[in-house]
This record gives sequence, C-alpha cells and structure tokens, in this order.
Amino acid sequence: MEKIEARDVNFYYGDFHALKGISLDVPRNKVVAFIGPSGCGKSTFLRLFNRMNDLVPGSRLEGDIRIDGKDIYAPGVDVDELRKNVGMVFQRPNPFPKSIFDNIAYGLKVNGVKDKKFIRERVEESLRGAALWDEVKDKLNASAYALSGGQQQRLCIARAMAVSPSVLLMDEPASALDPISTAKVEELICELRKEVTVVIVTHNMQQAARVSDKTAFFYMGEMIEYDDTKTIFTNPHKEATQNYITGRFG
Amino acid sequence: MAFGIFRTLSLMIVLVLFSILGFIIYKGAGVINWDFLTKAPSDGMTSGGIFPAIVGTLLLMLGSAVVAFPIGIMSGIYMSEYASKTGWAVKFIRLMTNNLSGVPSIVFGLFGMALFVKYLGFGDSILAGSFTLGLLSLPLVIRTTEEALKDIPDGIREGSLALGATKLQTIWKVILPMGMPRIITGLILSLGRVSGETAPILFTCAAYFFPQLPASVFDQCMALPYHLYVISTSGTDIEAQQPIAYGTALVLIVIVLVINLMAGGLRKHFEKRLKIK
Amino acid sequence: MRRFLEKIVKWLLTGSGFVTSLVILLIIGFLFTEGAGLFRERIIEEGYVLALNKDNPVKEMTAAEIKAVFDEDIVNWKELGGSDMAIETFRLEDAEKYFSEEQLGEHYENAGGLISGLVASNPGMVAFIPETMAVEGTELNFIKDKTISPKEVFLGNEWFPTATPAPLFGMWPLLAGTLWVSLFAILFALPFGISIAVYMAEVASPRVRNFLKPVIELLNGIPSVVYGFFGLIIIVPILQQVFGLPVGESGLAGSIVLAIMALPTIVTVAEDAMRNCPRSLREASLALGATRWQTIYRVVIPSSMSGIASGVVLGIGRAVGETMAVLMVTGNAAVVPASILEPLRTIPATIAAELGEAPAGGAHYQSLFLLGVILFFITFFINLCVEFISSRNKAKSN
Repeated sequence: MEKIEARDVNFYYGDFHALKGISLDVPRNKVVAFIGPSGCGKSTFLRLFNRMNDLVPGSRLEGDIRIDGKDIYAPGVDVDELRKNVGMVFQRPNPFPKSIFDNIAYGLKVNGVKDKKFIRERVEESLRGAALWDEVKDKLNASAYALSGGQQQRLCIARAMAVSPSVLLMDEPASALDPISTAKVEELICELRKEVTVVIVTHNMQQAARVSDKTAFFYMGEMIEYDDTKTIFTNPHKEATQNYITGRFG
Repeated sequence: MAFGIFRTLSLMIVLVLFSILGFIIYKGAGVINWDFLTKAPSDGMTSGGIFPAIVGTLLLMLGSAVVAFPIGIMSGIYMSEYASKTGWAVKFIRLMTNNLSGVPSIVFGLFGMALFVKYLGFGDSILAGSFTLGLLSLPLVIRTTEEALKDIPDGIREGSLALGATKLQTIWKVILPMGMPRIITGLILSLGRVSGETAPILFTCAAYFFPQLPASVFDQCMALPYHLYVISTSGTDIEAQQPIAYGTALVLIVIVLVINLMAGGLRKHFEKRLKIK
Repeated sequence: MRRFLEKIVKWLLTGSGFVTSLVILLIIGFLFTEGAGLFRERIIEEGYVLALNKDNPVKEMTAAEIKAVFDEDIVNWKELGGSDMAIETFRLEDAEKYFSEEQLGEHYENAGGLISGLVASNPGMVAFIPETMAVEGTELNFIKDKTISPKEVFLGNEWFPTATPAPLFGMWPLLAGTLWVSLFAILFALPFGISIAVYMAEVASPRVRNFLKPVIELLNGIPSVVYGFFGLIIIVPILQQVFGLPVGESGLAGSIVLAIMALPTIVTVAEDAMRNCPRSLREASLALGATRWQTIYRVVIPSSMSGIASGVVLGIGRAVGETMAVLMVTGNAAVVPASILEPLRTIPATIAAELGEAPAGGAHYQSLFLLGVILFFITFFINLCVEFISSRNKAKSN
C-alpha cells in the first residue's frame, strides 16, 4: 500500500473544472515534486491532501483520496486530526506573531499536549531537525518576526514537524527566499525524507530535479506525466513535458 | 494662489479647534481644584463640585462597555471569520450596522425610554442608560473589530489550521491576539463617544441633581454632559453657575482628549510592533 | 465534545452578528407602536367634551378651529359655517363667574346641571367640560370628536402640543426648522470641508497632514454639549451684536455650530476618496502638461466625486440628527421660520425639550415618538443614499 493514493480526482471551483481525472500514488518516505506552469492545478491538488480546499466556498470534489489506505474525505473524518498528520508549509513564511518557542509549541498545545517538559524537548528537536537550533537557541523568546525570511521559513517547517506528521506538504516553499536560504531549505527537504513523506509543489525545475525522487508534470488541470525524476528530466515520454522542461513554454 | 486659500481655510479649522479648547481651558482652569473634583454640588448647584457627575459618567462608560463590548466583538468576529464574504448575510448585517450608526442619538434616547425604562421596567436608572449607550456604541465596536481581523493575512489562518488547530482555536489563539491592539483602540474610542453623549441619557438615566453616589444600578445618576447642559441653559443664578459650567466643560474635554491621545498612541505603538509583510 | 463547543460558539457568534438588525427592528417597532398611537387619540382632551346649544347648527370643528375659538381668534359662528352669532367660550374655571360657591356645591356636585342649563340658554356658547358633567340629548349637542388625522399632523402649521381643549400637532414647522438649519449648516461646511480635504489629500506635506488629521479627529470627538455651550457663550452673543437681533439664539447660530460639527465627517470621507484616486490618473494628467491645480480640479475631484458626495450626505445626516448643540443655541420657537436669523426649533430638539414633560402614554408623548419615527426614517433614507453611492462606486471601479 502506498502512502497517498489518489484515484480519478476531479475538482471544481464553482463552474471551473480545475483538476481533470487525476490518479497518482505517492510512495512512503519519498519526495514527490509537482511541476507545471502557473494555474495548472498543482497547488490545488496538493491542498486536497490536507483538505485545505474545504475553506474555499463553492468548491466540489469527485474521486477518491486515501492516506495510509483511509479515505480522507469519508464522512466522519476528523479534519483537525487529518491536518495534524498531514503538515503543510506555505509559499510565504507565515509565522505567528509570537515568540519562536511559542510558534513551535503552538501545534502541540492546540492538540492538547500539556506536558511542559515534553514540549520543550520537542521544540528543540524540531528546531534541530530544521537546522535552525544553533541560530536561535539563545533567543527562543524573541519574536519570530525578528528572524530573516529564510529563517522564518525554516521555522515554519520546524513548526509543522513538531506535531510529528507522517506527510509534509510544501507549496513552493522557497519561492520567496534568496538563493542561500533556498539552498538551506532544499538541504532540509532531503533530510526530512527519513521521517516523513514529502510532497512539494515548485515552479523551479532545478529544485524539483535536486530534491525529489519522483516528479509529476501538470498542465491545464491534467497530469501529463508522472515518473522517476531522472526519467522526467532526461527522457520524458510526452512532448508537452519535453517542451516544458526545456523551457519552450510556461 | 488657490493653494494659499486652501491652506488658510485649513488653518482656520485648526484655529476653531484651538479657540474652543483654549477658551474652555482658559476659563475653566481657574475653577478646577481638588474640592471641585471631589465634592458634590451644593447651594442649589451654585457652588460645590461635580464629583457625582464624574462618577456617573465613569459608571455609564463602564456599563455601556459591559453591554456593547462582548456582543460587538463577537459580531465583528462573525463578520470577519464566519460569514461568507459574498453571501447575503454580510451585506445585510453591514447595511444594518451602518444604518444603526446613523441613527440620531435622540432616537436612541426615545427607544431606550420605551424599551428599557418603560417596557422592561428598569425605570430611570444606570442600567437603562448603560443599555441605551451600549447599543449606541455597538456599530463602532463591530466595525473596528471586523476591520482589525480582516486585515490579518489569510496565510496566518491557514498556517494554524494546517497544524491541526480547529477554527475556534485559530481565532482564539492567533487571530484575536493579533487583532487585539486595533480592537482595543476602537473600544477606547467608543468609550470616548459614550462619555460625551447627552441625548440618550436624557430620559433613561440622567438626574438633574443627585448629590449622593448611586447605590445600585437601579439608581439614577448625574453625568458630566447632562450637568453641563443643565447648568448652562436652565440655571437659576447665572453669575455663580457659569464658572461651574466652564469647569464641567473642561473636565469633559480633558476626558475626551485623554481618550483620543490614548487611542492614537496605542495605534502608533502597535503599528510599529506589528509590521509584517 | 470539542466539536460540540465549536458548534455552540459558531451559533453564538452568528446570533450576535444579527444583533444590530434586531436593534433596528426593535427601534422601528417601539417607535411605531408609540407614534402610531397618536392617530388613535381624539382631538379633544380625553375625558372632556365640547358642549353646544342644541340650536347651534355647527356640529364639527377641526382642532385648529377649536384652538382659534378658545384663543378668541374666531369670535363669530359665521366663520365656522354657523349662523351670525357671537361665540362665547366657557371653561370649567369660568364656573365661578356665573355661579356662587353654594350653588355649585362643595364638590361641584351641582356644576353639571348648572352648566348644562347655562349652555342650553345661551345659543352662542361653547363649553369645555368633563364628560361626566353633561349629557348629550334634548338640550345639548356635543362637537363630534374625531381622531387626529395624519393630514393635520404632517401638514399642520402649528405645534401647540399642550394647548387645551385641543392640542395641535402640526409638525411642519419642526420639519422646516430641521431642514433649514441642516441646509445652511451644509452650505457653510461644504466649501470649508472640500477645501480642507483637497489641501490634506493633495497639497499638504506629510508633516502638516499628520498634524491636521488628529485635529480633525479631535473636533469629531468633542461632545455636542460642549459645542452647544461654546455656541451659547461665544457665537450667540456675537450674532446678536453683528445683526442687531433681539435674541441671538437663532437658526443661524444653530447652522454655524452644526457646520463645525459636520466638518470632520465631510473632510474625512472626502479626503479618503481623493487619496484613493489612482496615482496613474494623476500622473497621466501631469505628464500632459496640466498644472497641479488643473489636475486636482479636472481629474482628482471628478474621479472622487462619489466619495465626496457620501461625505456630504453623511454630514447632512449628522446635522439632521444632532440634538443637544441645536437645542442650546437655536432658541426653540416652534414656528415656520421666515428667516434664518429667527429662533426656530428642530425635530431632535423638540423631542429632547418636551419628552420630559409629556405625560407618558398621552397624545403629546405619542406625538414625540412620531417625531422620532420621522427622524429615524430621514436618517435611514440618508444612510441608504450613502450605501447606494458607495456601492455604485465600487461597481464602477471593478
């Protein structure tokens, strides 16, 4: 059984048919990248895995999405539990206006963890995991807004990892960062694979090539091709994929 | 040339403000002393102080806050976080809220008299006055709460939800704390408005002369704006009462001034601290 | 458990969202029930009748006619469509002019019979007496008592709510007073308001603007009694001197005070509208060689017209509803003003001045609530206008 299984997924924003009949499996503890031009539906598809699109009024889903074999859209599914298990990192760093410590502890606290010692340990662990510990260990009570953009984004990754998810969704996590910060985040993604299954949306093909094991190419709401990253970038089967990765459009 | 005229006109408005303030401060400052602030009026309101009126105004501010703040903030949260942005409910509520804020204060007075004083049987009391003033300040509270919360980027909400927080947890632990500075600014301003209102308490609460302090919410009370009105229009001894009127006006102005400065200072302070983007 | 809590909170919040609507509904409900009661009241004071001699052909009189008769402005029945005959009025307190105390009895127990007899023997007499004292029948006719009609109220020219035997509730003088004062206030405030808004939005340096903004806000925050007090102490005496008026309290004094009070609203809204005028429009005009003044006059002001209009309408709304300041400086004469220099009285000031003395539930009390209804609807209408203007503006900019 694969970690995530999507079958015949169709998604509509009102009348707009945003995703057309997509089926795809994400293997456990791998990094899968979604690439494609803007508006191709890759972010929409990603946000289905933690039901973030539930918040969009007038949207509608057809088809089946399973994580660990369980239909996450079945009636009675606790969305909050699902989101605890499926973490997410957004395009722009979105730390809360709280201290660094409280940002990481937030996820634990809202999920009912009261043990202070455990929270402290978990905060350190997550910050170490996000390669941020050495930079912030002396100012855990400082505001998260005092950090640089790259540090903020790694803080958000640490925040997502603190609740021990088994899947981490990343929606263009490096698009707002400078090259050095981007390199650090990419390094981190490669590390994360040991603990979680990562799905990353990016419009940066080099990034997809560097960090992912498998890559899916989306175009106009359809999934054109899905294969090992190496195959996609060296020997794609579809002409559209070829055109995109060689920069002929998009 | 034309700009010169504009500048002159703008200067004139500054002049008007300072002449009102200056005049009242100049005439009133001599009247203010410890006795004036802490004693009740005496000798048919021709001497003594305005202590009961100060206390009454503060009580009414407090009472209106108790009525308006919880409901107003909740209503603002609903508008910003729960109601569908394009749905009819938001449009309808906003229309009604705007309309309510345009209702003249004397109409609130009539309404307060009919509903709280007569129908619900509160009588002329602090309770009736607080409810009337509370309803009057409701639109301001709702609007500032809604606007404060709406300006918080959606990314923050998504960040919290993606960690498995419920909607309520997100609002309570992240959104409200972030919006609080601006909400508080709005609340302070609404208190400022309440402190100066006369018409709504004319028939719901204000007493012409009530030198002892109110013992319960069912008592009437004196209030600064009403006291100023009474003393300056239906006084019995103009010579003796005019200084009291100046003093009362000055205290009222100082309250409004302090409230405005507080709100402005708070806004600046938090704007500096909360620069995200 | 947690989900249950979320549900409850959601319903609570939704409920409080509709509180303002509920309040509006309650305001309308309460004001209407009290106000509409006026039209169920009788013209003649409750418990009293107007008794006439049986031979008098006059059967009906309007409230205005009754008042004129008892004020002796009408002295002959001919004027009321009766026969040529002098009118003699009789009020209960006149009884002792006609009869001795012994005749009337210790508790006026004989008064009914005596007065009936008096009216029966005087063909020109009209008597205003308690209904228990007279019986309609062979000797006496009662003036037919009608309910107060909307026409008399809304178009009536006289506001004498405490007159006896028949109070007059003509609201036209009050409405006219309100409109006069507001109109003049806006005429005064408009040039100032627009100029200041232009200055702040287009001309002033950020430093000057940061100074003016709080000044305007503060002007908005000053309580209306303080404005009224200031007007009473400063503006009223000045006007009295300058125009040589018998009393300085006048419509003009009210307009000036209201103009100062409406100014912040106009400035704030108009300035916002001008600042929202897109930069590209302004630059396009300047790039074509237009001067800064031409740009303001031909581009910025026209494109922010609807914002300016909302500001002005809101200012009118504020002026119409203002109570205390107006009450203190306009002199409160309930007559249709011939000139703005005369004392006049507005609707809000009337309510504020008279409600305290009107016995609850009586016609006077109800008429004040009816004034409240009128005021409510004027401002409601004004608000709808503002909503309409700004929603049209939004649609345009989309």
